[in-house]
Amino acid sequence: MTRTRLIDPKGWIFLAALAAFCLVVPLLNLGVAEGSGLHLPTYLVSLFGKYLAFALLALSLDLVWGYCGILSLGHGAFFGLGGYAMGMYLMRQIGPRGVYGNPVLPDFMVFLNYKELPWYWLGFDHFAFAALMVLAVPGLLAFVFGWLAFRSRVTGVYLSIITQAMTFALMLAFFRNDMGLGGNNGLTDFKDILGFPVQAQGTRVALFVATGIALALGYLVARFMTVSAYGKILIAVRDAEPRTRFLGYRPEHYKTLAFTVSAMMAGVAGALYVPQVGIINPGEFAPTNSIEAVIWVAVGGRGTLVGAALGAVIVNYAKTVLTGAMPDAWLFALGALFVVVTLFMPKGIVGSLIERFGSPRAKAKLPPEPEIAPKLAEEGQG
Amino acid sequence: MSDADLLAPVSATATGRPDDGHAPAQTKRVTDALLYLDDLRVTFDGYRALRGLSLTLDRGEMRAIIGPNGAGKTTMMDCITGKTRPDTGIALFDGVHDLTKLDEPAIADLGIGRKFQKPTVFESHTVADNVLLALKGPRSGLASLFGWRNRVEAERIDALLVKVGLIAHRGRPAADLSHGQKQWLEIGMLLAQDPKLLLVDEPVAGMTDAETAETATLLREIARDHAVIVVEHDMHFVRALQCRVTCLHEGAVLAEGSIDAVSADPRVVEVYLGR
Ligand SMILES: Nc1ncnc2c1ncn2[C@@H]1O[C@H](COP(=O)(O)OP(=O)(O)OP(=O)(O)O)[C@@H](O)[C@H]1O
Ligand SMILES: [Mg+2]
Repeated sequence: MTRTRLIDPKGWIFLAALAAFCLVVPLLNLGVAEGSGLHLPTYLVSLFGKYLAFALLALSLDLVWGYCGILSLGHGAFFGLGGYAMGMYLMRQIGPRGVYGNPVLPDFMVFLNYKELPWYWLGFDHFAFAALMVLAVPGLLAFVFGWLAFRSRVTGVYLSIITQAMTFALMLAFFRNDMGLGGNNGLTDFKDILGFPVQAQGTRVALFVATGIALALGYLVARFMTVSAYGKILIAVRDAEPRTRFLGYRPEHYKTLAFTVSAMMAGVAGALYVPQVGIINPGEFAPTNSIEAVIWVAVGGRGTLVGAALGAVIVNYAKTVLTGAMPDAWLFALGALFVVVTLFMPKGIVGSLIERFGSPRAKAKLPPEPEIAPKLAEEGQG
Repeated sequence: MSDADLLAPVSATATGRPDDGHAPAQTKRVTDALLYLDDLRVTFDGYRALRGLSLTLDRGEMRAIIGPNGAGKTTMMDCITGKTRPDTGIALFDGVHDLTKLDEPAIADLGIGRKFQKPTVFESHTVADNVLLALKGPRSGLASLFGWRNRVEAERIDALLVKVGLIAHRGRPAADLSHGQKQWLEIGMLLAQDPKLLLVDEPVAGMTDAETAETATLLREIARDHAVIVVEHDMHFVRALQCRVTCLHEGAVLAEGSIDAVSADPRVVEVYLGR
């Protein structure tokens, strides 16, 4: 069988651009003297790192939405959980340097009269354990959630609604002080990561580069999955789920696997985001965050992976610029962007480029329509 | 095992599909027939689509099913493939597998393949990839992520595409095919699946006479080493299949026998042929 190559031309362009970005940014920051006009301030390095973390989140969402038809409106939950796992590690690194100087308890626990560290904080002193949790917690939640939902054949709008409910429920839970995770203030005032000061210029550059590497790896994993026979079956499930069952496939297994891998990627994105922005709070679970991520993917081009990542960067750059200029206009601009893209560029930026310049084979891989609201009629089938 | 045991109605699984789909097969073969349907009853919102349908198919047999619109032909296939659960009745495959207790993938796994009345192929995949996904072999997620399905030789797929006359279209998206070509692609997918029993629902709808004749030849060839059930309205085509014919009417068997006997049956003429 002629296999689709792991890295196609658009993949090479993407990886090359990403590599160049990850070289140039550190160079302009570390290599150019601060007074020089070419110098890139460190806050911008972290801002770009944040964009790359969002790009990884968008990529993870595209894996399930673009290739499997799962319109998750709750991917922010996995992002947030990964972020909290990293945040817990960073809190433990503060040690006795908190305002209260308690050697065991983080400040917020002292403030809330905790006598001892809750059991679920154990282990987070170790980076390896925290890194494992960054993958395991979102992965496990996605596995259980996906397994229950997909086995009951919940699809389309209903599935989207329950993913939204999931992130909303998590937000409410994390807002509570007795969750032991900092309540509405969340986790912040981080000091060190792996022994390096979080605020230091070198650490910030390293975190930026690490995010770039994670994005590249995430892309390769998603690409490996989607060009394999597994990915072809995933696409078949997206387009005609009942039909795959009569061929002997179990769509619920395929979806659960994709959903779980995707959630783990989102978790990694969250974990890289937190040290760069310096805080994680329950606001990350807000339903609007998850919806914004869907818009990034739609703008960039659903079912193209590269497009999702690009969409995240473009929309967030626009957000930075616009919220700086006219803070109140952003939500309207985002809404307008979404409407314009759905009406005039239903395949997104990258999808439209492929349509114009790509091979007919590549075109066939694209979903026929962006199923923002999948047809309810399909529920009846099967 | 006595007839009374055999014919005792299997309780309908009103609670829904089994969890894993791997219900334990009965240990003793209770019939030699490959497919044994007895007194199947299906009701849709009060409408009785199947009203005591009984049919047996021998190993290696080809059977044509005719009957007016709404007779229950497709519903029968739905019951065999796990899409619809009969309210009551027996459906045994290979004498041991209770089809009323299994779900669609489990039944497909037993070796029952199906072509739908409305051709259903994976439109955004190429013709060749449609066949690739149908090829018999491990179907788990991990197997398809790393396993042999990623290393299938093009020749194997091409051989099947030659058989169904679609080799020239192997790289085209299935969405671009004509209605008749999609019918053939679905037959090609059935061949790739290599099931023990093929259920073929209206394969020649939308085909020219020449294409219809070719399809009949192809199905006869397939029937040499597979059991096949073909539903069709086109009587020329049914005649060309040269097999036993069953006429369904109002959810039950009206007549069964050779094509000449069935088409001469006055009841068949009245409800179906004489329209
Ligand atoms: N899912 C369903 N819900 C409600 N009614 C149904 C359903 N499926 C079939 N029916 C009804 O059951 C009856 C039998 O339908 P079926 O599709 O089995 O007929 P058929 O013999 O295949 O007819 P045709 O030749 O038109 O394909 C029809 O009256 C149909 O409207
Ligand atoms: Mg029918």
